[in-house]
Amino acid sequence: MKFLRASNLKRCIGCNICSLTCAREVHGLISWQASGIRIKSSGGISTGFEATFCLVCKEPACLNACPTDALIPRKGGGVIFKRQSCIGCLECKEACPVDAVSVDDSGFPVICIHCGRCVSFCPHRCLELVEE
Amino acid sequence: MVMNRNYFRVLIVDLNREKSEVKRFEGRHEFVGGSGLCALLFERYGLKNEPWHNENQPLIFSIGPLTGLFPLMSKTICAFKSPYHDQYTESHAGGRSALSLFFANLDGLVIKGQARRPSLLVVGSRRVEIRDASYLWGLDVIKTGKIVRRLVGEASGHRSILRIGPSGENLCSFSCINCDTYRHFGRLGAGAVMGKKNLKAIAILGDERAFVSLGKNYKEIYGKIFKRIEDSGMMKKYHDLGTPANFKKLNELRSLPWRNLTSTWDKDVDRISGETFAERHLLRNLACSGCPIGCIHLGYIREKFMKDHRYYFEQVAYDYEPVFATGSMLGITDPVKVLKLILEIDEKGLDVISTGVALAWAAEAKEKGLISREETICDLKFGDAQGFLEAVGHLSNQETEFYRQLSRGTLAAARVYGGEDFACVLGQEMAGYATGELYFTAQALGFRHSHLDVGAYSYEQKHDERDVKRAVDFLIKDEPRRALLNSMVSCLFARGVYTNEYLAMCLESVGLKDIAINLDELSERIRFYRWKLRFDTGFSPEDIKIPRRFYKVESWKGKVNPKFLDELKISYGKRLKGLVSEGEKKWT
Repeated sequence: MKFLRASNLKRCIGCNICSLTCAREVHGLISWQASGIRIKSSGGISTGFEATFCLVCKEPACLNACPTDALIPRKGGGVIFKRQSCIGCLECKEACPVDAVSVDDSGFPVICIHCGRCVSFCPHRCLELVEE
Repeated sequence: MVMNRNYFRVLIVDLNREKSEVKRFEGRHEFVGGSGLCALLFERYGLKNEPWHNENQPLIFSIGPLTGLFPLMSKTICAFKSPYHDQYTESHAGGRSALSLFFANLDGLVIKGQARRPSLLVVGSRRVEIRDASYLWGLDVIKTGKIVRRLVGEASGHRSILRIGPSGENLCSFSCINCDTYRHFGRLGAGAVMGKKNLKAIAILGDERAFVSLGKNYKEIYGKIFKRIEDSGMMKKYHDLGTPANFKKLNELRSLPWRNLTSTWDKDVDRISGETFAERHLLRNLACSGCPIGCIHLGYIREKFMKDHRYYFEQVAYDYEPVFATGSMLGITDPVKVLKLILEIDEKGLDVISTGVALAWAAEAKEKGLISREETICDLKFGDAQGFLEAVGHLSNQETEFYRQLSRGTLAAARVYGGEDFACVLGQEMAGYATGELYFTAQALGFRHSHLDVGAYSYEQKHDERDVKRAVDFLIKDEPRRALLNSMVSCLFARGVYTNEYLAMCLESVGLKDIAINLDELSERIRFYRWKLRFDTGFSPEDIKIPRRFYKVESWKGKVNPKFLDELKISYGKRLKGLVSEGEKKWT
């Protein structure tokens, strides 16, 4: 299985093209929220940027918290989101330890599907899709 | 509610009443957005015959129909009556403000009135707050930004924080609005307009999704544009040395202003060249939201402050213009000292070009004995960074009568103390291009007195002949497309990528075909609307004087030809007047 990794995030310039690409290409929207990846500056004493997206837990806390089987295990780690089963309770968002669950404007969770479409648009090759 | 709506959705904030209103303005197909929308909004809210400091003058921000939807559509236009010349003007900035307005579901933001105490304005898709910010008054731009980020909390990474420094509070005519630390609504005094309104900072939260109906081919067009940017070579140009790549080139052309334009060449150019900065002083790059280029170059200062190896560390954005203004223009060729000056000017919230050029004039005035040390408080000598560093603080605080006059602009001070001949002012303090007669004319009479109003310096490098008609024809023809790009709102670095053909494709793919099919006429109209406001608020080409120093310049073409310069100025002034009177017949 392939997974999205921010292997070279030190190179990030904060253009946010990855977020906009995910929203546009995967979710058909222009949105910060409807994106499986979010970028913000590290702030504090560090410099540079942080990327927040699903880190493909082997035992996903979001999946355990989901009361309706809207999240099912993805082979190799992470989850697959079944919108038709989701009631929008957002327990998954609460449960995710790295805040990787975003919420779209209809109130449904948005989680990275590790498709790698953002990778080809990143101008500094910060992101990559790796086989694990 | 769709974002590619055929009207404008504008938030009007009245600081007097502490109330706001979302208003709908018709005219998308006439004014487009950005620069055009600013003209529409100033026509509605501006008080043309009242001075800039009338508290009811509007401060306007706007974005365009392609903002957030395509790469490099990442700039915001700010419009106001300028404290510098008391006429209508615009100032443009990158950073995060354009996408923040877009995701706050606004095409424009108009701020009128005056807050009863120093205030912070917070604007989001479902939020308008005017908060007490008395405790921020007097703080520099960097500290203010840090506190406002903490106060606002929300929308991290998707918000923009605009703020002024002490110079804006003190109503300096060339104080700027700092945008997200490293970008600026730099020129012509927008900072003082905020200061007059008692507005210390504005936080814009991009906290909504965009309600856009996307065409079937939108994704494909986006991909095409992205590819075109990659193929254009601009990635390399702006990734690499960035705008400071100009130093060596302009120095070779004998067009780089040194020491208050007493020379256009210097053997020491390598010390402050783009190559030197990139190799030794570049820390990292940043991008504006939605732009893959990342042209923002951050240099660093690492300074030992105690004998036993204690250091502090600072990051400073540098570009060609700031390095020209604080480097070659002041005779400073130590890059670290240049970065320190840029940082000091940034912290005080001053425009770096005007400040550098004003201090260069002051140094020469001091050298010639027109001003005394009593007036300047510190030493102002070309090459002496320490004196200039101190002077920035005095200027920001208007410490003496001399600094009070200088804070109104170099020519204003020169009228009091003498030295108008060597004030390097072309409508406002010059940008770093001493390429010759056409550039001097274009900046002196330009709509924003900016090197980006028209491509005069570039034309000049390609044409050695002194043909007044041909040159002025070029200025007249080059401007409308830039007015159009400023209405989309594209970064002008992308002007080669976004030809009218590509703009039309983009507009059609987001449902704005009516605009797409009429780009040539719209460009002319928007140019006319902007100029009309400029003339209506008092612009008169005859009143603009080009100081004698510019007549003494020697570039690769030889000495400036005074007759050619005078003829260009007269001819361009007439043509500008003509296009306004023709436009009035056609479009009003």
